[in-house]
Amino acid sequence: MKDFTLLFRIDHNPTANLSPAQMQEVLQKWMNWMGGIAAQNKLVEKGNRLGLENAKIVKANKEVIDGPYTEIKEFVSGYLIVKANTVDEAVEIAKGCPILSFGGNVEVREITNPVLNN
Amino acid sequence: MNQAELIPNLFRTEYRKISAVLCKLFGIEHIEVAEDIVSETFLAATETWGHKGLPENPTAWLYTVAKNKAKNYLRHQNIFDKKVKQHLGVPDIAEPEVDLSEKNIEDSQLAMIFAICQPSIPAEAQIGLALRILCGFGIEEIATAFLTSKETINKRLFRAKEKLREENVKIEFPGKHEIPNRLDTVLTTLYLLFNEGYYSLSQDTALRKDLCLEAMRLTHLLAENELTKSPSVYALLALMCFQASRFDARQNENGETILYQDQDARLWDMDFINKGIQFLMEASQGNELSKYQLEAGIAFCHTQQADTKEKWNNILQLYNQLLMLQYSPMAALNRTYALYKVFGKEVARAEAEQLNLEGNLLYHSLLGELYRGHDNEKAIEHFQKVIALSKSPATRAVHENKIEGIRESSV
Repeated sequence: MKDFTLLFRIDHNPTANLSPAQMQEVLQKWMNWMGGIAAQNKLVEKGNRLGLENAKIVKANKEVIDGPYTEIKEFVSGYLIVKANTVDEAVEIAKGCPILSFGGNVEVREITNPVLNN
Repeated sequence: MNQAELIPNLFRTEYRKISAVLCKLFGIEHIEVAEDIVSETFLAATETWGHKGLPENPTAWLYTVAKNKAKNYLRHQNIFDKKVKQHLGVPDIAEPEVDLSEKNIEDSQLAMIFAICQPSIPAEAQIGLALRILCGFGIEEIATAFLTSKETINKRLFRAKEKLREENVKIEFPGKHEIPNRLDTVLTTLYLLFNEGYYSLSQDTALRKDLCLEAMRLTHLLAENELTKSPSVYALLALMCFQASRFDARQNENGETILYQDQDARLWDMDFINKGIQFLMEASQGNELSKYQLEAGIAFCHTQQADTKEKWNNILQLYNQLLMLQYSPMAALNRTYALYKVFGKEVARAEAEQLNLEGNLLYHSLLGELYRGHDNEKAIEHFQKVIALSKSPATRAVHENKIEGIRESSV
C-alpha cells in the first residue's frame, strides 16, 4: 500500500453564509466521508483545514503577497492522507469528497520517499 | 447474610486485600511465597473455624494469622541474611512491618494493578493474574471463565510471573510522569476483563457478572485515587456501567442471548445507567478526547432504546470520530450498522462492501441483513457463512432462523 495526499481546492468559502444548522450538516458530510475512509482502515492522517486568514505567499524573489491565491483564483482549503494500492483506488476515495458538491476539486498525489529516489 | 454465604464472600474480599499487601511487601522475586502464605492463612481459617466456629472478628483473625506467618518467614529470611551480612559487615535492617491498614491495602492494590498490567505479558495472562491476586478468584473459577483447563491457567500464570521476574518489575506506584502511559495498558486490560465477563460463552452467569463487577471495582479504585483519576478512567467506568445495566436483560431463562433491540428495557438497571451518566459527566471535564469517552458516549446513546434517526446519527458521528482516532473491525462494523439506520440499506451496503472483513462472523451477519430484501440469495450466502464460522449454538440457531425466514417469505 502507498500513501496518497488529497489536496482540496476551491475558489470560495462554501460555509460563509450558512446557518449553524446548515454548517452542522456540512461538517457531518465531511465526518461521514472521513469516517468511511477510516472504516476501511485507509486513513493515514486526518489532516487539517487550512484557514483563509493569516495566509501569505512568498514568491521566488522573496516578495510577500497576501495569500492564499497564486496565479489562479483557487486556494487550498485542506488536505488529508489515505493509503491505497494504486492511484486509481485513491481517486475512487477522492470522488466521495464533499468539496466536489461545492464546486471545488481534489488533487491526488502519491507521497514519494526522497531517499529512495536516487 | 447467613454464615454459609459469609465465608466465601469474606474470603474473596479479604483474600485480595491480604494478597495485594503481601505481594507488594515480598516483591515479584518472592511472589509465590506471598501467595502461599495467603493460601495457608485461609486454609487455617477453614480448618479452625470449621471446628471452633466463627471468631468474633473474622477479619482481624485473618489479618493476625497472615501477619504472623509473614513475619515468621521474613524473620527466617532475615536471620539467613543477617548471617550472610555479618560475614560481609553490612548493618542489618529492622523487622519489616506487615501493614494491613486501609490505606496500605489500597496503595498495594493499585501498585499491583500497575505491576500486573505490563504490555510485555499477553493480555490473557494479565487478566489471569489480576483475577488471581487482585480479585481472589480460584484457579478453577478462572478456568471456567476462560473456558479452559486448570493446567492451562496454572501454566499461564506461571509464565507471566516468570516474565515479570525477568523484567525485574517492581511492585510500586509508577512515577507521576509515567502514569498516563502506564494507565493506557491498565485500562486496556481492565476493559478486556470486563468484556470477558460480558461476552463470555461460559454458561456460568453469576461468574460472568462477577468478572464485570471486579473490572468495575478495580477501575473504581483508579477513579478514587488522586494520582490516577483522569477523564479516561471515568469514561471507562461510565462505559462499563452502561453495558452492565443490560446484564439481566441479555439472557432468557434458557440461557439464550437476547439481542439489544429485542430486550425488555424494564430489566435494564437504572442505578447503573444513572451512575454511568455521572461518570460520563466527570469524564467530559477537561480537554481529553480518548476512545473511552467516545465509546462511553455511544453506550450512552444505547441507553435510549427508541429507534430514532437522531439517535443513530449521533452514534454514527461518534463512530466516525472513534475510527479516525483508532481503527478496529468492531467499530467499522458498528459504524456501518449506524449508517444503515440513518441512510438505509443501499448506502450501507456500498460502504460495507469496502470494509474488507471477509471471514469475520459479524461482517457476514451484517451483510446478510443488508442484502435481505434486495438480493435474498446473497443474504442467505452470508448467513450460511456465519453458521460455518460460529462456535456458538445460539448464534447458529439465530441465523438458521433468519435463513428460514427469508425462504418462507419468498414462497
